[in-house]
Amino acid sequence: MQIYDLIIIGAGPAGITASVYAARKKLNFLVISLDIGGQTAWSGDIENYTGYQFITGPELTEKFQEHLRKYDIALKENEEVLELVKSAEVISVNTNKGNYQSRTVIIASGKKSRELGVPGEKEFKNHGLTYCATCDGPLFSAKTVAVIGGGNSAMDAALQLTKIAKHIYIINITEKLAGDQIMFEKIKQAQNVTILNNHQIMAITGDKFVRAIKIKNKDGQKELAVEGVFVEIGLIPNSVFAKNVEKNTKNEINIDLTNQTNIPGVFAAGDVTNVLEKQIIIAAGEGSKAALSAYRYLAKNKF
Amino acid sequence: MAKSVIVYSTPSCPWCIRLKQFLKENNVLFSDRDVAADKPAADEMVKKSGQMGVPVLDIEGEIIVGFDKDKIKQLLGL
Repeated sequence: MQIYDLIIIGAGPAGITASVYAARKKLNFLVISLDIGGQTAWSGDIENYTGYQFITGPELTEKFQEHLRKYDIALKENEEVLELVKSAEVISVNTNKGNYQSRTVIIASGKKSRELGVPGEKEFKNHGLTYCATCDGPLFSAKTVAVIGGGNSAMDAALQLTKIAKHIYIINITEKLAGDQIMFEKIKQAQNVTILNNHQIMAITGDKFVRAIKIKNKDGQKELAVEGVFVEIGLIPNSVFAKNVEKNTKNEINIDLTNQTNIPGVFAAGDVTNVLEKQIIIAAGEGSKAALSAYRYLAKNKF
Repeated sequence: MAKSVIVYSTPSCPWCIRLKQFLKENNVLFSDRDVAADKPAADEMVKKSGQMGVPVLDIEGEIIVGFDKDKIKQLLGL
């Protein structure tokens, strides 16, 4: 079996940037990813990626892809890594479609939406419940909807919906919304948003589609008639497959300043790691660092 | 003869963009229905697929929800 210099897991900003650097270092490498763009592809407006004063998530993803296509990169798309095993000097990467071997690996698998874990969530997914306001939002024109969450992504979803939906309830479990002040001001100014702080969602009900949600606060439980539920309660790292790689309490992969994990030859970058801030530009920068570290590791070990 | 292919999508959904890109790369002609702008198309999509997630692909009456590359390849003989 062929042994690659490097396998990059994930093709968001971290994975794609690592790929560009690896290609320029002429490494023999492979990229394995479920999707392209990661969370960037699902983002609305981006105004803090240097060089672009304003760009949308899908547009920036397209730019990333163009950059990737400039090099002849072996990309396995729609493929999910299930296991990572290191024995002696070789790391085996096992996916739902095949097995590969490499000297080094960069884990850049990012994060995914956290689920609510309440009755009705699974049954009504795509039947009024969605994790992607950017994608499915337009289908809720003139409908009353609920956004579950109280952070930046919840506010972002609510703001996107102000232009589409009839009325939006923000169901926030904490005392007040947390995040960008600019977004919060826009939410307050919107005519069709009701913020319900200190409220928790208990269940989603309906027939074929969502018809209502059950929420509760300290005074008791009540039902809200809504036809859409947008879940925006944060993210969890896609790190389950990396069993022997050391993680923090949030299941983020611990890395050092050179993006090295506890396993020599296994590096990690971006939102899947314990890097303090989760930003597109930081993920991209971390991806380049990880690729350069992997390159240095290969040279040092004379692979 | 080429199969009749309809894509129901929204302009901002990443999987819709990738799906359409994939069809174009494979020279598949398709009718593109933007369910964000076209309410009747949105209703049609929900009726056909029984759900509200995009993209939805209609290949000669066979409905595929999401960008299921393998199934699309199989149905279109790619």
